[in-house]
Amino acid sequence: MIAAVIALPALSAALLLSLGNRTNKFGPWMAIGASASSFLIGFWQFLQMLARPEEERTVITTVYEWLAVPAAGFKVDFALQLDQLSISFVLLITFVGTLIHIYSLGYMSHDENQRRFFAYLNLFVAAMLLLVLADNYLLLYVGWEGVGLASYLLIGFWQHKPTAAVAAKKAFVANRVGDFGLSLAIMTMFIVFGSVSFSDVNEGVLGAPAWVSLTIGLLLLLAACGKSAQFPLQSWLLDAMEGPTPVSALIHAATMVTAGVYLIVRSASIFNASEVAQTAVIVIGAISLLMGAIIGAAKDDIKKSLAGSTMSQIGYMVLAAGLGPIGYVFAILHLITHGFFKAVMFLGAGSVMHATDDNVDMRRYGGLSKVMIFTTITFFIGYLAIIGIPPFAGFYSKDHIIEAALSHSWWAGAAVLFGAGLTAFYMTRMVVMTFFSKPRWEDDVHPHESPLSMTLPMILLSIGAASMGIILTNNHMFEHWLEPVTGFVEPEPPFSIQTITIITLSVVATGVLAAIWQYRKIAKVAPKKVSFAVTAARKDLYGDVMNEALLMKPGQALTRALNIFDKSVVDGFVNGLGLFTGGISSRLRKSETGYVRSYAMSIVLGTAILVIVLLIVRL
Amino acid sequence: MNPDAYLVLSGIIFSIGTLGVLLRRNAIVAFMSVELMLNAANLAFVTGARVWGNLDGQTAAFFVMVVAAAEVVIGLAIILTIFRTRNSASVDEASLLRW
Amino acid sequence: MNFPWLLIILLIPLIASVLLFIPKKYVIFKDQQIALYSSLITLLFVIVVALQFDTSSNAATQFDISFDWIPVFGISFHLGLTGISLVLIALTAVLTPIVILATEHEGQKKNREFLMWILLIEASALAVFLARDLFLFYVVFEAMLVPIFFLVGRFGGPRKNAAALKFILFGLAGGLVMLAALIWLYFAAATQLGRGTFSISALSNELNLDIWTERWLFLGFFFAFALKAPMVPGHTWLPDTAEQATPGTSTMLIGILDKVGTYGMLAILLPIFPNASKEFAPAIIGFAVFGVIYGALIAIAQKDMKRTFAYISISHFGFIVMGIFSFTSIGMIGSTIYMVAHGLSTAGLFLTAGYLIRQKDNSLIQNFGGLTKAAPVMTGLFLVAGLASIALPGMAGFVAEFMVLTGTFQVYKIPAIIATLAIVLAAIYMLWLYQRVFTGNENKDSKNIVDLNKKQILILSPIVVLTVLFGFYPTPIIKIAETSIANTMTYVGVTDPQPIIEKVVSK
Repeated sequence: MIAAVIALPALSAALLLSLGNRTNKFGPWMAIGASASSFLIGFWQFLQMLARPEEERTVITTVYEWLAVPAAGFKVDFALQLDQLSISFVLLITFVGTLIHIYSLGYMSHDENQRRFFAYLNLFVAAMLLLVLADNYLLLYVGWEGVGLASYLLIGFWQHKPTAAVAAKKAFVANRVGDFGLSLAIMTMFIVFGSVSFSDVNEGVLGAPAWVSLTIGLLLLLAACGKSAQFPLQSWLLDAMEGPTPVSALIHAATMVTAGVYLIVRSASIFNASEVAQTAVIVIGAISLLMGAIIGAAKDDIKKSLAGSTMSQIGYMVLAAGLGPIGYVFAILHLITHGFFKAVMFLGAGSVMHATDDNVDMRRYGGLSKVMIFTTITFFIGYLAIIGIPPFAGFYSKDHIIEAALSHSWWAGAAVLFGAGLTAFYMTRMVVMTFFSKPRWEDDVHPHESPLSMTLPMILLSIGAASMGIILTNNHMFEHWLEPVTGFVEPEPPFSIQTITIITLSVVATGVLAAIWQYRKIAKVAPKKVSFAVTAARKDLYGDVMNEALLMKPGQALTRALNIFDKSVVDGFVNGLGLFTGGISSRLRKSETGYVRSYAMSIVLGTAILVIVLLIVRL
Repeated sequence: MNPDAYLVLSGIIFSIGTLGVLLRRNAIVAFMSVELMLNAANLAFVTGARVWGNLDGQTAAFFVMVVAAAEVVIGLAIILTIFRTRNSASVDEASLLRW
Repeated sequence: MNFPWLLIILLIPLIASVLLFIPKKYVIFKDQQIALYSSLITLLFVIVVALQFDTSSNAATQFDISFDWIPVFGISFHLGLTGISLVLIALTAVLTPIVILATEHEGQKKNREFLMWILLIEASALAVFLARDLFLFYVVFEAMLVPIFFLVGRFGGPRKNAAALKFILFGLAGGLVMLAALIWLYFAAATQLGRGTFSISALSNELNLDIWTERWLFLGFFFAFALKAPMVPGHTWLPDTAEQATPGTSTMLIGILDKVGTYGMLAILLPIFPNASKEFAPAIIGFAVFGVIYGALIAIAQKDMKRTFAYISISHFGFIVMGIFSFTSIGMIGSTIYMVAHGLSTAGLFLTAGYLIRQKDNSLIQNFGGLTKAAPVMTGLFLVAGLASIALPGMAGFVAEFMVLTGTFQVYKIPAIIATLAIVLAAIYMLWLYQRVFTGNENKDSKNIVDLNKKQILILSPIVVLTVLFGFYPTPIIKIAETSIANTMTYVGVTDPQPIIEKVVSK
């Protein structure tokens, strides 16, 4: 039954891609149907799971034997693991995914390749579901690269734009750097435990020496960095905004980029066993959440600003996941609430772009609240959720992460608190520049509200963004729900929870006020003369510059040099050998004079020499 | 019977033939020198047959004669053709088959 | 004697290559049809044999068929089927009809000759994979050079003669060294066993050479196989040949014939020279890893599509050799799957790009760009073939590459880690190529490019289907190859490493 959740969108994608233009008419509806039925099946499975007692909630379904070399004790099944963690993801992916399918119906209605777009979306949903449902790391890897492929195809969906093609490639390559870590982690698991399934690895790691958990932990962290755009592999995410906006909402905000967090939480016991690996996770999370926030605060492109925000919010999740059992639950909680509020904001951004002739520059927005009521309200709910105003969803998830971080160490706590202030700042900036302040759009632009197919998903998502926090944390429901899978320890922060809430809210208020003060007047063109810090933030904190200087340029030089080496030295040796042989023979052939008498002479001499040699030898 | 004299004679004829091939430019003469060498060999064969008292050497001599006859037919034909086309029977001038 | 299945499989393409020259008034079939039908019949027979193949049997070979050939030297015409040969003849039988269908334009006026050579390649490939007599193997190993030599030299690009010459010189150089080693091996065997024999099974079961002889003989054979495979640094003939050859020729050459090198290592080197193999393994793994990275890096810098594919293959052959010399079941089975996956993806790349190259008569990357709109299907199929080639999970290449890397990692940690870097490089060379050829702005020329028609899509679809099928269900290949790999492991005298920590729960 659970296999159908994956099979439906996969089949739909396969049909749409292989049948081609014949499916143009009903294709999008079929894709929506596939995604929606996945959600319904997932929801049915969820209800069934609720009906079972807690200890029987993990169900592993072996579909078939995928890879088995009995002689080497190597066996990987195509098996799906349904438990509290994976069903949470299934619901998030299929629910948000279906809504974004519906949204795309309106958003992509003018694109001639609409069918292909929906096929890729289905492919993504299938791969993402495989990622979260796999019961072993190798099968997870299939989904892991599958979503990477879907992301590649969708970022580069407008392939005629060279920038899109470059961004797509960059995303894939950065992901592959992460995959390098994941491959090695899986191989290490196999040689250490003789198995790559979650259960075997998680049990095996308990009795393993320290280097095992440290090695695997760091390798998995590298994988997570690639997929989740964490430092130092973050630079692809901003470029990925070249893709259509629904893609940014689904893949580069709500689901795929959070796969790294899933990976870390899924490998809880590995990280629990290695404090060094955990610290590394926290440090990476802290750096990324601050970097993302700083980048988000400097961008005038609304999607890039949101992308910076995504990186920052995932930094929160990664940091929480690094805290161990006190953080896993909250990492996932934040992941889910973030899925809702970030998706609604991306869809809102798409709606705004739709209204302003695909303009992404916030400096040319302003005052859109007057013409786009639904977009403004839903976006504003998302805004309240992300900066953590009670009772919106983000408040609950972020506040818990702050508590957990503070109970871990002062620096982790400081990072998340400072991040909360920055979040409030850049989000307020975005809302002010886009929806309030004076209109700054061109005269020939006539902003209008988007059609129902676009506003409806936004409304539904914003309801989630508003209410998810209260619903899930009511009576510690979510903690109890996930505890059997991830474990849970109540955080014990140095201050009382009320104090932390007050501190957090005042930091957030400071950020909001600072942004309102700073952006009381907005220039239509970004000011040129700015401080070094702003310049750095606008250039993504020199992420690309570093990649270029450290990897790309030397790499290109190396490949060119090797190519020349191969041609001149390796092949040169071969050709040289040929030339040498040719040279010798062209000299030797001069002895062929064409004079019969000299040939006769050489026969006589040769015979004479032969006779003499024979005589000598005989003696 | 003492074959020395025969063999010495055969050696002398053979040497004359060899020198003829090496030194003379005229194709006909060179050709005749080759015949001389063959006949020198025949003489040695026949001497051997006589010394050993069997027919092996004589048989070989007949083979040589047959081959020589065949060679004369083809060789003369070639020489004749060359002479017709080039108006010369000099072996040094027909040196087209060089490197 | 049982029904001579293998002999028939071998004879069909040979007979068909003769039938091509029957004057047309006596036959109703066109040349193309004769070639196609015969290759399909071969495929049918191979399928029948594969279905009868007993995977549970421990026998070294099945379907044996043997005649005395030159009894004085103990040479027999001995065909036999091991698991590995079955996998490779199946690959040959699948790719040949596809190539024949996809290259109907390549022969042009000399189409009959073109088809003859293709069929002869099929026959020689089948023979070399089935040969169980080392002398027969050697003869076919050398004979294989001829069809490719003529295909490159008579149907290739502007510098075809140089390429053909280079190809055959490399082939002969390897073959010559192998011949010397073969003769030495014969006398060594004759001295030790009291009878001269070229039987592969006799040589691997009974022979016990002294170590220095074994080392030299190993190197002799290895030299030939490494040039054929090709391994860096003996690889430079491949880019030149692939650049000048037609796509169909390249598919046959790289997709099938180059596998003879790696097949020889697996099926001949390891069983006959187990001790030397073990001694040289670390060095060979080093060369292989170097080739993996070296090929991938140079592939990035290529300006010509066909040369890029050639360097990609060089990188992939590094993987295959690495898996073989890891001496682990996983690595060797991985290499076997890799040979299939590589054959399929190479065919996909060369044939899809071939349709494109034909339209411009040029394979320089800079001449293309922005084809997505004009040729969406071609773009899609090329991307699928490219992703198959860079081992995207869900494709056969992934299973193979992962198994090769895991097998190597079990024994050689650092080389495996370095080789894993190639997955990043692979993404760069393939996606950058795709980006430059297919995406970007549409220019004047790219509008004139015609997309694949239905027939062409149909021709290429088996490649895609098989690649995905083996990606999700590689069990058939594993089951077939398992026994021969286990036998090889026994010959070499190695066992699989055990997990460092015993499983807590044994399933």
